[in-house]
Amino acid sequence: MTAAIEMVDVVDEPKAIEGRSPFVLALRRLRKDKVAMISLAVIVLIVLMAIFAPVFAAITGHPPNEQYRDIGLTPDGLPRGPNGTFWLGTDDLGRDILVRIAYGARVSLLVGVIATAITVAIGVVLGLAAGFLGGVVDTVLARLIDVVLSVPFLLVAIALVSVTGPSLTVTVLVIGFFSWASVARIVRGQVLSLREREFVEAARSLGAGDRRIMFVDVLPNVLAPVIVYTTLLIPVVIVTQATLSFLGLGLPPPTADWGGMISASQNYYTTAWWFILFPGLALLITTLAFNLFGDGVRDAFDPRADRT
Amino acid sequence: MALFLIRRLGHGLLVLWLITVAVFALFFVAPSNVAQTLAGRQATPETVDLIKHRLGLDLPVWKQYLHFVENALHGNLGYDYYHQVPVTTIIGTALPITVSLALGAAVLWLLLGIFNGVISAVHPRSLADRGLTLFSLFFYSFPSFLLGLLLLYFLYFRLTLAGFHWFPAGGYSPLTAGAGAWFQHLLLPWVALALLLAATYTRLTRGSMLDVLGEDYIRTARSKGIRESRVIVRHGLRSALTPVVTQFGIDLGQLIGGVVVTETVFSLPGLGQTAVTAINQQDLPVIIGIVLFASAAVVVANILVDIAYAFLDPRVRLH
Repeated sequence: MTAAIEMVDVVDEPKAIEGRSPFVLALRRLRKDKVAMISLAVIVLIVLMAIFAPVFAAITGHPPNEQYRDIGLTPDGLPRGPNGTFWLGTDDLGRDILVRIAYGARVSLLVGVIATAITVAIGVVLGLAAGFLGGVVDTVLARLIDVVLSVPFLLVAIALVSVTGPSLTVTVLVIGFFSWASVARIVRGQVLSLREREFVEAARSLGAGDRRIMFVDVLPNVLAPVIVYTTLLIPVVIVTQATLSFLGLGLPPPTADWGGMISASQNYYTTAWWFILFPGLALLITTLAFNLFGDGVRDAFDPRADRT
Repeated sequence: MALFLIRRLGHGLLVLWLITVAVFALFFVAPSNVAQTLAGRQATPETVDLIKHRLGLDLPVWKQYLHFVENALHGNLGYDYYHQVPVTTIIGTALPITVSLALGAAVLWLLLGIFNGVISAVHPRSLADRGLTLFSLFFYSFPSFLLGLLLLYFLYFRLTLAGFHWFPAGGYSPLTAGAGAWFQHLLLPWVALALLLAATYTRLTRGSMLDVLGEDYIRTARSKGIRESRVIVRHGLRSALTPVVTQFGIDLGQLIGGVVVTETVFSLPGLGQTAVTAINQQDLPVIIGIVLFASAAVVVANILVDIAYAFLDPRVRLH
């Protein structure tokens, strides 16, 4: 009986069928992924730490670049371990490590986001152009991609930074300049098959020009792999920036940044474990959170890849 | 096949040529005071000019470039600014160290990556699978210098403090001076490098194994009553390894110029560290030589990968 009534109900009030775009479906899958959501929460915390870095300085009363050579160093001139005044200890110049980690987050996140954005923007535009326009444009761009991918990135990056002198702009530009090629290659590959599809022909027969077809019709179809690649690129960029700093080519002192802090701690790792541990943890937690989140994004946007 | 090879080689040479142009342009546009450095603080302008002349730095950039290309085609990459040692000799000295580092690490990361990947694929979504994924992502997230420093801290410093002199603080001992010392000096750098790279291989092997294990011929093999371990290794893994081999070639090529950090942390005087020293001294011929050599390694590796691919997967040859 009840079954019959229910059936009648369904006929009477048909449930509105929602159109769910693949994007919405992917977001739903992502929201159910516990590891990805925890990672996202960690990322948000790090972002908050970066934004409110001055609050850390205000609470502890220690500006990031202030050197406490009296209370911040032992009588032998060594860093002091974690204590009531300096919660995470001090560095070789008697500066507060906690405050410097908070300020260092700004550098890592800023470079991570800006360099990734530049990389993806260049990669998408050039990849679209190469794949869609074909011909000479494609030949030239494909060779250019080969060249950039064959260059030993870190070596040339170090050489470039040492020639121009280290600065935030140079770091961002160097990373962007050498990373766009992988994005371009992915986009080009996708576009090559997309441009033969009927909807492109349909758009063309309606009188749409190349630029419109590229950006309005084709681009949305390559967004999924681009989003996945972007989330996984951020931690790579953050590590690259830290690596440059570690090699002494980061931001000019006294700016606090994680790679530079770890580099400075090298000479003290036998005496001051906190000096390498806390900046190292900050860097590791950040990259791990981004990687785990990126992994979740990949699963969500490409359900076939991991749910077999 | 011959035509394909010739075309690939042609592409490779074109890429290398473009790299020489780019590298030359980059470093010669930037102001250089290497002649001043060599001459010393007290030097007269005449001395500086003389040094510039001796190094060929007074010529226009395009002439320097032509000289460089002409010499390079004869197998001469120039001489370093400071001791007039041929760049090819410098590369020859550093290369065995970098190759020892790269190959040893490669053995480790392949074993680790493929083993973990197979375990994950055989039991997808299991606790082991999730655990291994987390394990590899954890090390994948590690900045290489941090992992190196931590290994040094625990396995060199802590162990030595506890009385176990198992690992040196760094440095290199050539294979000709004894395999034991060579192994001892390289084990930590190998582990540091392998743990970072294994993650990619775990993921690749896992994905590729999952695809292969779903194929009909695996079901056929199982229904013939073949032992499961044999089905997985002989029938499954064998064909699942194609993408792994591809990735391996690319990674190995890139490692020649990509082990800068590991070499720096463990004080191994390989190509990476030599390049960093050259960069700090603005020793242009050495920088250009190593960058070019490392790029050539990538180009050659990519060509080899294409060839290997055609052999491993007969379908590729049809195109």
